[in-house]
This record gives sequence, C-alpha cells and structure tokens, in this order.
Amino acid sequence: MAFREYKIGARMFGISLASSMFITLVMPTLDIRQVGATDIALDKQLTAGRETGFNVDDPLLLGKNKPLKVLVHNDPKSDAPLEAARYVYVYNPGTSFPSGILHPVTLGENSKALSESQGRIGDANKASGAVFAIARGTVNGKEYPYIENLTATKGWTPADITGKAKDEDISHAGAGKTMFVREGCWWCHTLLPEETQDWQVFGAPPALGDYNGESPTAFGSDRKAPDLLHVGSRNSSREWMMLHFFNPRLVQPHSIMPRFDYLWGSVDAGGNKIDFDKWRAEYLDYHEGRRVLPPDVPQYAKDSEIRYLIDFMLSLK
Amino acid sequence: MFKYLFAREEDIPAGSAAVFFGFSSIVWFVIGTGLGSFNASKLAFPDVVTGNEWFAFGHMRQVHVHAVIFGWISMAFASAMMYITPALGNTKLWSEKLGVWNCFLWNLGLSLGLTVLWAGVTSGREYSDFPWFIDLYIAVFMAVPLGLNVWMTVIKRRTQGIYTTNWFFAAAVFMVAIVFIVGNSPEFFHLTGLTEGYLTWWFAHNVLGLWITPVAAAIAYYTIPKVTGNPLYSHRIGHLHFWSVVVFYSTPAAHHLMSAPLPEWLKSFASVEGVLILVPAIAFVSNLMLTMQGKWYMFVENLEVRFTITGVLMAIPLNMQGGFQQTRAINWYIHGTGWIVAHAHLALLGFSTFLEAAAVYFGLQTIMRRKLYSLTLGNVHFWMLLIGFTIYWVSMTIAGLIQGAGKIYEVPYIDVVVAEHPYMIARWIGGTMVFTGNILWLINMWLTAREGTVVPAGRLPHELAYER
Repeated sequence: MAFREYKIGARMFGISLASSMFITLVMPTLDIRQVGATDIALDKQLTAGRETGFNVDDPLLLGKNKPLKVLVHNDPKSDAPLEAARYVYVYNPGTSFPSGILHPVTLGENSKALSESQGRIGDANKASGAVFAIARGTVNGKEYPYIENLTATKGWTPADITGKAKDEDISHAGAGKTMFVREGCWWCHTLLPEETQDWQVFGAPPALGDYNGESPTAFGSDRKAPDLLHVGSRNSSREWMMLHFFNPRLVQPHSIMPRFDYLWGSVDAGGNKIDFDKWRAEYLDYHEGRRVLPPDVPQYAKDSEIRYLIDFMLSLK
Repeated sequence: MFKYLFAREEDIPAGSAAVFFGFSSIVWFVIGTGLGSFNASKLAFPDVVTGNEWFAFGHMRQVHVHAVIFGWISMAFASAMMYITPALGNTKLWSEKLGVWNCFLWNLGLSLGLTVLWAGVTSGREYSDFPWFIDLYIAVFMAVPLGLNVWMTVIKRRTQGIYTTNWFFAAAVFMVAIVFIVGNSPEFFHLTGLTEGYLTWWFAHNVLGLWITPVAAAIAYYTIPKVTGNPLYSHRIGHLHFWSVVVFYSTPAAHHLMSAPLPEWLKSFASVEGVLILVPAIAFVSNLMLTMQGKWYMFVENLEVRFTITGVLMAIPLNMQGGFQQTRAINWYIHGTGWIVAHAHLALLGFSTFLEAAAVYFGLQTIMRRKLYSLTLGNVHFWMLLIGFTIYWVSMTIAGLIQGAGKIYEVPYIDVVVAEHPYMIARWIGGTMVFTGNILWLINMWLTAREGTVVPAGRLPHELAYER
C-alpha cells in the first residue's frame, strides 16, 4: 500500500473528521430528538401530510396525496351543533399519513404517549382513511398537545366530514404547500421571522418544537420579499390574494413578484375558458394609460392550483 | 468523445478525460451564467417574459445555482483532477476510460437533473434541491467514479511523497462523498423537522467548506508553482492549511441558521468555529503570495497567473466576511439579505471561479499542446469577469445593507424593494458582463483547439509567446 508512509496522517485525518462529524451530527441530533412537538407543529404536519418535496406518491408535485383541513360546525354523526366549531384533518382513503402517525417518536415523549393511549393513532388505517384533530391532555400535571384519531375515538369517517362540509369550510392548504415548494415561493419569501426586531413586523419567531414532523421545512434563506410565516394574520382577504397572485402590480405597483396567472389553469369558476392573451393586452393598455381600469381578474375554479396556494397562504396564521 | 466510450484503454489519448471535462465545464459556465443573467433581469424588471411557468423566477433560480455548482465548478474540478493528479504522481491517470465515461454520465445526469428541477420537481431543500433519485445518480455515476480515479492514481503514483495538491484532492473527493450522502439523508430516510432543516444547511456549508474551497485552493497550489517555476513557499504552511480545513471548516454548519430555533449551544459553537476559518484562509493566501516572490511580473504578463492571483486575493475579503458575518453581532443585521448573495458570489464567482478558470486555461493548452489562440480574447474574458463580478458584488452588498437597515428599522417592505431597484439593475448588468465574457472564452478555447499554434514537445504553453 503506497499510503504506508502516510499512516499517521491518515489516522489523524480519520480522528479529526470523525470528531467533527460527532459534534456536528450526532450531538445536535440527540439534542433535537428531545424536543416535543408544539400545537403549531402538529397543525403543520397534519395539514401537509407526509411529504411535500419530491415523493413517489406525487412525483410531479401536483398537490396529490394531500389531506384536507375542514372546519366542522356540527357533529357529523348526530348533526347536533358542536360547542365550538373545530378544525379536523381529513385523510381520504389512500392518503399517506404524516410523520407523527408513522413515526410517533418524532412527536416527543409525552405527545407520543398521549397520542397513542388517548388519541389511538395506532388504529389509523391508510386504506380506509382517517380523520385527525389536535387535542390536549396532561402527563404528570403538565399539559401537552397530541393527535387524536377521531375515526377511532368518535367514529367520524372521511366521508362523513367531506359529504357534509361546505366548500368555504374546506382548506386545501396541504396541496397549497406543494404549490409553495414547486413554484419556488421560498426563494424570496422566508417562513422564518428572525429572533431580532423582526418579530415586531412579521410576528413571533418559531419555537424549537414548531417543526416536528414537517418535511421540507422550506423556511428559506434569501429574503427578497416579506416573511410569510404569519401572513394569514396580517391579511386574510381572499380577494386581495387573488388579485395579487394574478398580477402583483394590480395591488402593489412597485412589487417585483412574478405573475402567477398560469396557476389558474385553463378555465375560471364558471367553466369558461380564460383568455390570457386578451387579459394581458388589456392590462398593457391600462398600464400605459390607454384604459382607465385594469381588466377584471377571473374568479379561479374550485379545484385550481391557485385555490390550493391561497388556502395555504390563509392558513399561515 | 463518444468514440472513446467503447475504445480500448490504450487507444484513448492521455488527458482525453480532462479535455472533455474542461470543455463541458466551460459550456455549463456559459449556460449557468446565462441563466443567472436572465434571473437577474427578472428581479430588476419582473414582467420580462411573464405568465409562463417555464420562465418563472421560482423555476429558474435553482437551475442557475445547480448549473454553476455541478456543471461549471465541479466539472472544472474534475478536469483539473484528471490532469493534475497524474502529473504530480509522475504517472498516467488510473483509467482514462473511466474518466471519459464519468464525463459522459456527468453531462447526462446533470442535464436530466436540471430539467427535473426546472419543471419544479424539487426536494424543497436549498442546495440539495435535487430529488433523491438524482442524488443517487450523482453519488453513483458522478462522485464515486471521480473519487476512484483520483484515489487509484494517487495510490499508483511513481513518486515517493504526495504533493500538497494531491492531499487536498484525495481528501476532498472522500469528504464530499460523505457530505453528499449524509446531507441528503433526509430525503433517503424521510427525516423531518428541525433535523431536516439543520441537515440542509449542514450540507450547504460542508459542500462549500470540504469540496469547493479546498479543491480550488489545491488547484492554485499547483498552478502558481508550475507556471512561475518557483517552488511552493512552505510545505508546512500547506499542512496548516490542510489540517485547519479538516478541523475548522467542517464544524460551523449551524452558523447558517443563527436566527432559527436551534439549540443555543450549537449556534455558539458554530459561531466560534466559524471565526477560526481565518486560520486556513490566512495560511493559504500567505503561502501563495510568498510563492510569487520575484515573479510578480507574471501577474501582469501571464493570463493563468493573473487569474489565479486575482482569485487568491479575493480569498481575503471572502474570508474576512465569512469569518465575521456569522457572529451574532453582525449576523442579526445582514442575515437573509443581499449581502449574503454577494458573499456567495464572492466565494463561487470570485475566489473559486478565477482559480478554476486558470486551471482550465492551463490544462486545455497543456494537454492539447496548443498555445492559447488569442491573448486579447483572454484579456477581455478576464476583465469582463472581474468588472462584471465587481459590479455585481458591490451592488448586492449595498442592496443587502439597505435590506438590513429596512429589517432593523421596520421600514415597510415595499420601500426596501423600491430602494433596491437601481442595484438590481446593476446586478443584472454585472451578471450579463460575466455571461458575455464566458461566450468569448468558449470561442477562444474552441479556436485554440482548432487553430492554436502547436506547442513543441518538451515545452509548456506558457513558455511560448502569445501571438494574437
């Protein structure tokens, strides 16, 4: 072996690199493993499902294999009004479960114990689908959030929920996160108010446990545009979002955001074909002062990609 | 190239792999900087080519980044390794055929990967954006064959010792394989949450620290002594550089996430280690500056030396920024702003590109035994790169400071966008100059291969006078 004269060097190299890997990989991983999931983490993973980046269930990132987040007003079994309307996460049959169901260890010790004993997440079955919700329970006198499998605890099935829910109570935020990742929104908009004065404008920075089970975290690094982690609290207008996505210059003349009109697809809410060329020509007339008002933005169809994305924006509270 | 894929090893001329890698890298450099220029135009004028997802900024930004890192930088590295490693071992490349296949599969895989990214199919993780099937391809067909060729050539060398450049090459191909596989493990094993976020930046940091920086430096350790004829000033300072890269540069990954919720001990540790990056940086710069003693006229007269020394000089601001901008005292102001974009371009387009360009200029002339076709075109290329980059860097640094002030003083965001507009135009002009310069380089190198004066046996290209 021609490396024999480098015996000492080779060993030194092994020791140095192994120590550095131990400090930067093993120690942080052991530490991060101890972090328990917060309500925010549970909401994010139940909303977005198993995986949002490339995966075999949705290889082209079209927003497939995603759960629905539904606001429920009445008990779907008895139809009696609930004390307070609550959000549930509907996993239709065949939809992949999120990390917390598949690997409860990522929830942290206490949330895992509660989710398994009181939430009965072990009974959830992908083939028949499940309805989940976030609940709170106590371990040794301290309160922790956990995942409740409503299909097991109350017998609510996905069909019960989706059959009765009105369209305005259904959020496609999970599929919307796919749009957020695919369209590269995170190249300019961060999802990370920084731990400096930033929180006064963009809201509270995330806490350690806010990410458990999320993939990808996609919080971005290069902020060329406002932080979006709490955008739904600052601006909850669906109409504003719609105009802004179609052409940001309609509502913010100085914006450098690209137009996302192609997310409307080919038809509007009424099933009519959208004539993009005509719209752009009319907008150009407006932009150059040959027209007083800009052309109307077409109302998006119920299952268009832009609806998913706007649902995701509004879910960022 | 294709005729050598199925040729017998002894029928493939020595250096073929390096030539193919060299030309491929220049082509990818043209593509990568062209995309960069196009993206920059959209940041200055958002309605340039609009309403089409294939030309949307969010679809093209990552294609620019990966074309430059995997196409230009890494293929220029591969080209340099294919001719420098055997030259320093006084031997032939272990397998020229493997090298040619490696180049072919690299171009194929990169084209596929960039197409996939362009379509928006991504892992959603910065710098490890390629989905996992592309990652596996990169590991198996791009990284491992390259590493194998370098290691076997070093092992089969016909010299007793190993020169500085080859320690770096051998260590870097080994380290980058580990970094690539561990860094992409969240995709292979579905790791989630903060672990995923941290590993994303662990990869992004280490691919720069254990691949791009050391290999670029190793190239300079070869080019300067080879072209000037001066021996390396100090082997021991080279040792200091090598060991401090391994120990210090591999640890500060968490300093990319100083304002994210990570364990505090990890951020503090990373920040202290981050300052220690100055140790390898000072060792490297001083060693090469001192090697130039008595030969500084070549900085003016010789194109390869000029490129290399410019790159080495850029390592000074690069590492002064890199060492201190990640400390909490400074990071809170500039994190996530254009300052970081400027810094990243100082590392990749300033420091490392200039060193690699010299290696590709020198390598292609040496292996093809052709003198550079035109010094004038070479000079224009150099100045287009340097001035274009400087415009870019200065404008983005200013834009970053504006963004930082906007962040701290709670200026409405749109006012920051308005204030940045002139700098976005300047950035686009700078980027376009780099792109134009690279087209000239490709033409110049092509003409060198076809029309360049033949370098006589026993001579090196830089010993001949430039003719045009």
